[in-house]
Amino acid sequence: MMERAELAAHIPRLRRYARALVGDSHRADDLVQDTLERSMVKFHLWRRGSDMRAWLFTIMHNVFVNQLKTRRELALDDAAEAALQSAPQSDPLELRDLDAALRQLPADQREVLLLVGLEQLSYAETGKALGIPIGTVMSRLSRARERLRELMSVAPAAVANLKVVK
Amino acid sequence: MSNLTDFDFHAYTDGQLDDARRIRVEAHLAHDAQTAESVRNWREQNETMRALYNPVLNEPVPQRLLDVRATRWRWPSYALAAGAMCLSFALGWILHANQGDLLARTAALPRRAAIAHAVYVPEVRHPVEVGADQQDHLVKWLSKRLGAELKVPLLTQQGFELVGGRLLPGGKGPVAQFMYQDAKGQRITLYISIRDTESRDTAFRFSQEDKIAVFYWIDGNLGYALSANMDRASLLAVATSVYRQLNS
Repeated sequence: MMERAELAAHIPRLRRYARALVGDSHRADDLVQDTLERSMVKFHLWRRGSDMRAWLFTIMHNVFVNQLKTRRELALDDAAEAALQSAPQSDPLELRDLDAALRQLPADQREVLLLVGLEQLSYAETGKALGIPIGTVMSRLSRARERLRELMSVAPAAVANLKVVK
Repeated sequence: MSNLTDFDFHAYTDGQLDDARRIRVEAHLAHDAQTAESVRNWREQNETMRALYNPVLNEPVPQRLLDVRATRWRWPSYALAAGAMCLSFALGWILHANQGDLLARTAALPRRAAIAHAVYVPEVRHPVEVGADQQDHLVKWLSKRLGAELKVPLLTQQGFELVGGRLLPGGKGPVAQFMYQDAKGQRITLYISIRDTESRDTAFRFSQEDKIAVFYWIDGNLGYALSANMDRASLLAVATSVYRQLNS
Protein backbone atom coordinates (compact mmCIF):
# COMPACT_ATOMS: atom_id res chain seq x y z
CA MET A 1 0.00 0.00 0.00
CA MET A 2 2.60 2.48 1.14
CA GLU A 3 4.76 1.40 -1.79
CA ARG A 4 2.03 1.91 -4.34
CA ALA A 5 1.52 5.51 -3.32
CA GLU A 6 5.26 5.99 -3.21
CA LEU A 7 5.26 4.88 -6.83
CA ALA A 8 2.81 7.67 -7.65
CA ALA A 9 5.03 10.18 -5.90
CA HIS A 10 7.85 9.36 -8.34
CA ILE A 11 5.79 10.09 -11.45
CA PRO A 12 6.84 13.74 -11.94
CA ARG A 13 10.50 12.83 -12.00
CA LEU A 14 9.96 9.86 -14.29
CA ARG A 15 8.13 12.19 -16.64
CA ARG A 16 10.99 14.69 -16.62
CA TYR A 17 13.52 12.03 -17.50
CA ALA A 18 11.30 10.46 -20.16
CA ARG A 19 10.66 13.84 -21.77
CA ALA A 20 14.36 14.49 -22.06
CA LEU A 21 14.99 10.96 -23.30
CA VAL A 22 12.44 10.78 -26.11
CA GLY A 23 11.62 14.45 -26.75
CA ASP A 24 7.97 14.28 -27.70
CA SER A 25 5.71 14.71 -24.66
CA HIS A 26 3.09 12.16 -25.73
CA ARG A 27 5.68 9.47 -26.42
CA ALA A 28 7.39 10.34 -23.16
CA ASP A 29 4.18 9.77 -21.20
CA ASP A 30 3.68 6.48 -23.08
CA LEU A 31 7.10 5.45 -21.83
CA VAL A 32 6.18 6.46 -18.27
CA GLN A 33 2.91 4.58 -18.52
CA ASP A 34 4.61 1.41 -19.74
CA THR A 35 7.16 1.77 -16.96
CA LEU A 36 4.44 2.11 -14.32
CA GLU A 37 2.55 -0.85 -15.72
CA ARG A 38 5.61 -3.04 -15.68
CA SER A 39 6.62 -1.89 -12.25
CA MET A 40 3.20 -2.81 -10.89
CA VAL A 41 3.42 -6.24 -12.49
CA LYS A 42 6.89 -6.71 -11.06
CA PHE A 43 6.18 -5.13 -7.73
CA HIS A 44 6.86 -8.29 -5.78
CA LEU A 45 10.46 -8.12 -7.07
CA TRP A 46 11.12 -4.73 -5.52
CA ARG A 47 13.16 -5.03 -2.36
CA ARG A 48 11.43 -3.10 0.39
CA GLY A 49 13.62 -0.38 1.78
CA SER A 50 15.79 -0.13 -1.34
CA ASP A 51 15.79 2.97 -3.52
CA MET A 52 12.56 2.85 -5.50
CA ARG A 53 13.60 5.62 -7.83
CA ALA A 54 16.69 3.71 -8.98
CA TRP A 55 14.54 0.61 -9.45
CA LEU A 56 12.08 2.58 -11.59
CA PHE A 57 14.88 3.96 -13.74
CA THR A 58 16.05 0.40 -14.35
CA ILE A 59 12.57 -0.60 -15.48
CA MET A 60 12.25 2.46 -17.66
CA HIS A 61 15.59 1.67 -19.25
CA ASN A 62 14.42 -1.87 -20.08
CA VAL A 63 11.14 -0.62 -21.54
CA PHE A 64 12.99 2.02 -23.55
CA VAL A 65 15.51 -0.48 -24.94
CA ASN A 66 12.67 -2.82 -25.90
CA GLN A 67 10.96 -0.01 -27.74
CA LEU A 68 14.13 0.76 -29.65
CA LYS A 69 14.38 -2.89 -30.63
CA THR A 70 10.77 -3.38 -31.69
CA ARG A 71 10.40 -0.17 -33.61
CA ARG A 72 13.49 1.60 -34.73
CA GLU A 73 13.98 5.01 -33.30
CA LEU A 74 12.50 7.83 -35.36
CA ALA A 75 14.76 8.88 -38.14
CA LEU A 76 17.12 11.58 -37.05
CA ASP A 77 15.60 14.25 -39.25
CA ASP A 78 12.04 13.56 -38.10
CA ALA A 79 13.10 13.58 -34.48
CA ALA A 80 14.97 16.85 -34.83
CA GLU A 81 12.00 18.36 -36.60
CA ALA A 82 9.57 17.14 -33.96
CA ALA A 83 11.79 18.48 -31.22
CA LEU A 84 12.01 21.87 -32.84
CA GLN A 85 8.29 22.03 -33.39
CA SER A 86 7.33 20.82 -29.94
CA ALA A 87 9.51 23.36 -28.16
CA PRO A 88 7.56 26.53 -27.44
CA GLN A 89 8.84 29.41 -29.53
CA SER A 90 9.29 31.51 -26.42
CA ASP A 91 12.12 29.27 -25.23
CA PRO A 92 15.53 30.81 -25.61
CA LEU A 93 17.23 29.48 -28.71
CA GLU A 94 19.84 27.71 -26.63
CA LEU A 95 17.23 25.53 -24.90
CA ARG A 96 15.62 24.47 -28.15
CA ASP A 97 19.05 23.73 -29.58
CA LEU A 98 19.89 21.51 -26.65
CA ASP A 99 16.74 19.47 -27.09
CA ALA A 100 17.45 19.03 -30.80
CA ALA A 101 21.08 18.17 -30.08
CA LEU A 102 20.11 15.55 -27.49
CA ARG A 103 18.00 13.78 -30.14
CA GLN A 104 21.18 13.35 -32.17
CA LEU A 105 23.13 11.54 -29.49
CA PRO A 106 23.11 7.75 -29.62
CA ALA A 107 20.45 6.51 -27.20
CA ASP A 108 22.93 4.79 -24.86
CA GLN A 109 24.96 7.99 -24.48
CA ARG A 110 21.83 10.09 -24.01
CA GLU A 111 20.64 7.86 -21.17
CA VAL A 112 23.93 8.22 -19.28
CA LEU A 113 24.15 11.97 -19.82
CA LEU A 114 20.57 12.50 -18.59
CA LEU A 115 20.79 10.24 -15.57
CA VAL A 116 23.98 11.99 -14.46
CA GLY A 117 23.40 15.57 -15.58
CA LEU A 118 19.64 15.95 -15.27
CA GLU A 119 18.66 13.36 -12.65
CA GLN A 120 21.90 13.79 -10.69
CA LEU A 121 22.37 10.10 -10.05
CA SER A 122 25.82 9.03 -8.93
CA TYR A 123 27.94 7.17 -11.48
CA ALA A 124 27.44 3.95 -9.52
CA GLU A 125 23.63 4.40 -9.49
CA THR A 126 23.67 5.19 -13.20
CA GLY A 127 25.63 2.02 -13.96
CA LYS A 128 23.26 -0.01 -11.87
CA ALA A 129 20.17 1.46 -13.52
CA LEU A 130 21.52 0.75 -16.99
CA GLY A 131 23.18 -2.56 -16.17
CA ILE A 132 26.65 -1.43 -17.24
CA PRO A 133 30.00 -1.16 -15.41
CA ILE A 134 31.12 2.22 -14.16
CA GLY A 135 33.91 2.36 -16.74
CA THR A 136 31.27 2.21 -19.47
CA VAL A 137 29.29 4.94 -17.71
CA MET A 138 32.36 7.17 -17.80
CA SER A 139 33.24 6.52 -21.44
CA ARG A 140 29.66 7.11 -22.59
CA LEU A 141 29.42 10.26 -20.47
CA SER A 142 32.65 11.57 -21.89
CA ARG A 143 31.61 10.88 -25.49
CA ALA A 144 28.13 12.34 -24.94
CA ARG A 145 29.53 15.56 -23.53
CA GLU A 146 32.03 16.03 -26.33
CA ARG A 147 29.43 15.30 -28.99
CA LEU A 148 26.92 17.65 -27.39
CA ARG A 149 29.53 20.34 -27.25
CA GLU A 150 30.21 19.94 -30.97
CA LEU A 151 26.51 20.01 -31.78
CA MET A 152 25.90 23.07 -29.67
CA SER A 153 28.80 24.97 -31.17
CA VAL A 154 27.37 24.52 -34.66
CA ALA A 155 25.26 27.47 -35.76
CA PRO A 156 21.59 26.88 -34.80
CA ALA A 157 20.59 27.06 -38.46
CA ALA A 158 22.83 24.11 -39.25
CA VAL A 159 21.10 21.95 -36.65
CA ALA A 160 17.70 22.97 -37.97
CA ASN A 161 18.79 22.23 -41.53
CA LEU A 162 19.37 18.59 -40.72
CA LYS A 163 15.65 18.01 -40.99
CA VAL A 164 15.68 19.00 -44.65
CA VAL A 165 17.93 16.10 -45.61
CA LYS A 166 15.49 13.33 -46.34
CA MET B 1 53.00 15.70 -10.62
CA SER B 2 49.38 15.01 -11.33
CA ASN B 3 47.68 11.66 -11.79
CA LEU B 4 44.26 13.17 -12.33
CA THR B 5 42.25 11.60 -15.13
CA ASP B 6 39.20 12.47 -17.18
CA PHE B 7 37.17 10.62 -14.56
CA ASP B 8 38.14 13.26 -11.99
CA PHE B 9 37.17 16.14 -14.24
CA HIS B 10 33.76 14.67 -14.98
CA ALA B 11 33.21 13.76 -11.34
CA TYR B 12 34.22 17.31 -10.40
CA THR B 13 31.67 18.68 -12.86
CA ASP B 14 28.95 16.52 -11.33
CA GLY B 15 29.87 17.22 -7.71
CA GLN B 16 30.82 13.59 -7.12
CA LEU B 17 34.33 14.03 -5.71
CA ASP B 18 35.35 13.98 -2.06
CA ASP B 19 36.88 17.18 -0.68
CA ALA B 20 40.50 16.12 -0.98
CA ARG B 21 40.14 15.15 -4.64
CA ARG B 22 38.05 18.22 -5.40
CA ILE B 23 40.75 20.53 -4.06
CA ARG B 24 43.35 18.80 -6.22
CA VAL B 25 41.18 19.19 -9.31
CA GLU B 26 40.64 22.88 -8.56
CA ALA B 27 44.38 23.39 -8.20
CA HIS B 28 44.95 21.65 -11.51
CA LEU B 29 42.28 23.61 -13.36
CA ALA B 30 43.85 26.88 -12.26
CA HIS B 31 46.70 26.29 -14.70
CA ASP B 32 45.06 24.09 -17.32
CA ALA B 33 42.86 26.47 -19.27
CA GLN B 34 41.76 23.91 -21.84
CA THR B 35 40.42 21.42 -19.30
CA ALA B 36 38.90 24.27 -17.29
CA GLU B 37 37.03 25.32 -20.41
CA SER B 38 35.75 21.76 -20.90
CA VAL B 39 34.53 21.60 -17.32
CA ARG B 40 32.81 24.96 -17.71
CA ASN B 41 31.11 23.70 -20.86
CA TRP B 42 29.96 20.44 -19.25
CA ARG B 43 28.52 22.35 -16.29
CA GLU B 44 26.66 24.57 -18.68
CA GLN B 45 25.25 21.48 -20.39
CA ASN B 46 23.96 20.19 -17.05
CA GLU B 47 22.43 23.54 -16.17
CA THR B 48 20.81 23.94 -19.57
CA MET B 49 19.30 20.45 -19.37
CA ARG B 50 17.79 21.22 -15.98
CA ALA B 51 16.48 24.58 -17.15
CA LEU B 52 14.88 22.89 -20.14
CA TYR B 53 13.28 19.88 -18.45
CA ASN B 54 12.67 20.89 -14.82
CA PRO B 55 9.39 22.58 -15.79
CA VAL B 56 8.02 19.06 -16.50
CA LEU B 57 8.07 18.49 -12.72
CA ASN B 58 5.45 21.20 -12.28
CA GLU B 59 3.08 20.01 -14.95
CA PRO B 60 -0.07 18.29 -13.72
CA VAL B 61 0.36 14.52 -13.97
CA PRO B 62 -1.92 13.20 -16.74
CA GLN B 63 -4.80 11.18 -15.30
CA ARG B 64 -3.92 8.17 -17.45
CA LEU B 65 -0.70 7.78 -15.48
CA LEU B 66 -2.52 7.88 -12.15
CA ASP B 67 -5.03 5.34 -13.47
CA VAL B 68 -2.39 2.74 -14.34
CA ARG B 69 -3.37 -0.75 -13.33
CA ALA B 70 -1.24 -3.83 -13.19
CA THR B 71 -3.69 -5.58 -15.47
CA ARG B 72 -3.55 -3.21 -18.43
CA TRP B 73 -1.46 -3.99 -21.45
CA ARG B 74 -1.63 -1.54 -24.29
CA TRP B 75 0.77 -3.08 -26.75
CA PRO B 76 0.08 -6.73 -27.51
CA SER B 77 3.14 -6.80 -29.80
CA TYR B 78 5.23 -6.60 -26.67
CA ALA B 79 3.66 -9.64 -25.16
CA LEU B 80 4.08 -11.52 -28.40
CA ALA B 81 7.68 -10.47 -28.69
CA ALA B 82 8.58 -11.75 -25.28
CA GLY B 83 7.06 -15.02 -24.24
CA ALA B 84 8.73 -14.86 -20.88
CA MET B 85 7.09 -11.56 -20.24
CA CYS B 86 3.70 -13.09 -20.96
CA LEU B 87 4.34 -15.45 -18.13
CA SER B 88 5.32 -12.74 -15.71
CA PHE B 89 2.36 -10.69 -16.89
CA ALA B 90 0.02 -13.59 -16.21
CA LEU B 91 1.53 -14.05 -12.79
CA GLY B 92 1.26 -10.36 -12.15
CA TRP B 93 -2.35 -10.42 -13.21
CA ILE B 94 -3.11 -13.19 -10.77
CA LEU B 95 -1.17 -11.57 -7.96
CA HIS B 96 -2.29 -8.03 -8.49
CA ALA B 97 -5.66 -8.25 -10.17
CA ASN B 98 -7.46 -7.00 -7.11
CA GLN B 99 -5.20 -4.16 -6.27
CA GLY B 100 -6.85 -1.62 -8.51
CA ASP B 101 -5.72 1.85 -9.37
CA LEU B 102 -2.48 3.26 -8.23
CA LEU B 103 -4.16 5.78 -6.00
CA ALA B 104 -7.57 4.29 -5.43
CA ARG B 105 -6.74 2.56 -2.20
CA THR B 106 -4.29 5.13 -1.00
CA ALA B 107 -5.52 6.11 2.40
CA ALA B 108 -6.41 9.53 3.55
CA LEU B 109 -4.40 12.58 4.42
CA PRO B 110 -2.02 11.37 7.16
CA ARG B 111 -0.95 8.31 5.20
CA ARG B 112 -0.35 10.25 2.00
CA ALA B 113 1.60 12.86 3.96
CA ALA B 114 3.73 10.17 5.62
CA ILE B 115 4.51 8.62 2.24
CA ALA B 116 5.55 11.95 0.76
CA HIS B 117 7.64 12.52 3.87
CA ALA B 118 9.35 9.14 3.50
CA VAL B 119 10.08 9.72 -0.18
CA TYR B 120 11.62 13.17 0.03
CA VAL B 121 13.23 13.49 3.44
CA PRO B 122 16.17 11.17 2.62
CA GLU B 123 17.05 13.24 -0.47
CA VAL B 124 20.46 14.73 0.10
CA ARG B 125 21.02 16.55 -3.15
CA HIS B 126 17.55 17.74 -4.12
CA PRO B 127 15.17 17.55 -1.16
CA VAL B 128 13.13 20.47 -2.48
CA GLU B 129 12.36 21.96 -5.88
CA VAL B 130 12.49 25.57 -4.77
CA GLY B 131 14.71 26.60 -1.89
CA ALA B 132 13.93 28.86 1.04
CA ASP B 133 16.13 31.54 -0.52
CA GLN B 134 13.25 32.10 -2.98
CA GLN B 135 10.49 31.91 -0.41
CA ASP B 136 8.25 34.52 -2.05
CA HIS B 137 8.39 32.77 -5.37
CA LEU B 138 7.85 29.40 -3.66
CA VAL B 139 4.70 30.50 -1.85
CA LYS B 140 3.25 32.27 -4.88
CA TRP B 141 3.91 29.31 -7.14
CA LEU B 142 2.43 26.69 -4.82
CA SER B 143 -0.55 28.92 -3.96
CA LYS B 144 -1.25 29.31 -7.64
CA ARG B 145 -1.04 25.58 -8.31
CA LEU B 146 -3.30 24.66 -5.39
CA GLY B 147 -5.66 27.53 -6.04
CA ALA B 148 -5.50 28.68 -2.43
CA GLU B 149 -3.51 31.24 -0.51
CA LEU B 150 -0.81 29.29 1.35
CA LYS B 151 1.08 30.47 4.41
CA VAL B 152 4.45 29.15 5.50
CA PRO B 153 4.72 28.85 9.28
CA LEU B 154 7.86 30.05 10.98
CA LEU B 155 9.43 27.36 13.20
CA THR B 156 12.62 29.10 14.23
CA GLN B 157 11.61 29.02 17.89
CA GLN B 158 11.34 25.25 17.69
CA GLY B 159 14.79 25.12 16.08
CA PHE B 160 13.62 24.42 12.52
CA GLU B 161 14.48 26.44 9.42
CA LEU B 162 12.62 26.24 6.13
CA VAL B 163 14.56 24.25 3.50
CA GLY B 164 12.06 24.86 0.71
CA GLY B 165 9.12 23.21 -0.94
CA ARG B 166 7.86 21.16 -3.79
CA LEU B 167 4.73 20.28 -5.72
CA LEU B 168 3.44 16.69 -5.63
CA PRO B 169 0.65 14.78 -7.30
CA GLY B 170 -2.19 14.00 -4.92
CA GLY B 171 -5.40 12.05 -5.14
CA LYS B 172 -7.36 15.19 -5.96
CA GLY B 173 -4.94 17.43 -7.76
CA PRO B 174 -1.71 19.04 -6.72
CA VAL B 175 -0.29 18.97 -3.22
CA ALA B 176 2.32 21.24 -1.66
CA GLN B 177 5.08 20.02 0.62
CA PHE B 178 7.24 22.32 2.71
CA MET B 179 10.35 20.91 4.34
CA TYR B 180 12.08 22.14 7.50
CA GLN B 181 15.35 21.07 9.05
CA ASP B 182 16.98 21.60 12.44
CA ALA B 183 20.69 21.97 13.25
CA LYS B 184 21.07 18.21 13.62
CA GLY B 185 19.62 17.55 10.19
CA GLN B 186 16.30 16.26 11.52
CA ARG B 187 13.59 17.04 8.98
CA ILE B 188 9.91 17.84 9.26
CA THR B 189 7.50 18.16 6.36
CA LEU B 190 4.24 20.06 6.12
CA TYR B 191 1.89 18.55 3.54
CA ILE B 192 -0.95 20.72 2.27
CA SER B 193 -3.66 19.35 0.03
CA ILE B 194 -7.02 20.49 -1.24
CA ARG B 195 -9.62 18.97 1.01
CA ASP B 196 -11.27 15.89 -0.42
CA THR B 197 -14.96 15.41 0.00
CA GLU B 198 -14.73 12.34 2.21
CA SER B 199 -12.86 14.05 5.00
CA ARG B 200 -15.10 16.28 7.04
CA ASP B 201 -13.19 16.13 10.23
CA THR B 202 -11.59 19.39 11.16
CA ALA B 203 -10.13 18.36 14.51
CA PHE B 204 -6.47 18.31 15.31
CA ARG B 205 -5.55 14.62 15.17
CA PHE B 206 -2.63 12.28 15.47
CA SER B 207 -1.72 9.24 13.42
CA GLN B 208 1.29 6.93 13.62
CA GLU B 209 2.24 5.76 10.10
CA ASP B 210 4.94 3.14 10.52
CA LYS B 211 7.83 5.10 12.03
CA ILE B 212 6.45 8.45 11.03
CA ALA B 213 4.38 10.55 13.40
CA VAL B 214 1.74 12.74 11.75
CA PHE B 215 -0.45 15.49 13.17
CA TYR B 216 -3.18 16.55 10.78
CA TRP B 217 -6.24 18.74 10.57
CA ILE B 218 -8.54 20.34 8.04
CA ASP B 219 -9.17 24.04 7.86
CA GLY B 220 -11.59 25.43 5.29
CA ASN B 221 -10.82 23.70 2.03
CA LEU B 222 -7.25 22.76 2.91
CA GLY B 223 -5.95 19.66 4.65
CA TYR B 224 -2.71 19.99 6.61
CA ALA B 225 -0.41 17.24 7.85
CA LEU B 226 2.85 17.68 9.71
CA SER B 227 5.11 14.61 9.56
CA ALA B 228 8.37 13.69 11.23
CA ASN B 229 10.32 10.66 12.24
CA MET B 230 10.19 11.59 15.93
CA ASP B 231 8.09 10.75 18.94
CA ARG B 232 4.64 12.11 19.39
CA ALA B 233 5.43 14.42 22.29
CA SER B 234 8.32 16.15 20.48
CA LEU B 235 6.32 16.65 17.34
CA LEU B 236 3.32 17.92 19.26
CA ALA B 237 5.12 21.10 20.32
CA VAL B 238 5.96 21.90 16.69
CA ALA B 239 2.53 20.88 15.42
CA THR B 240 0.78 23.10 17.95
CA SER B 241 2.78 26.06 16.77
CA VAL B 242 2.06 25.31 13.12
CA TYR B 243 -1.64 24.88 13.87
CA ARG B 244 -1.80 28.22 15.72
CA GLN B 245 0.04 30.10 13.00
CA LEU B 246 -2.05 28.70 10.17
CA ASN B 247 -5.40 28.95 11.89
CA SER B 248 -4.95 32.37 13.44
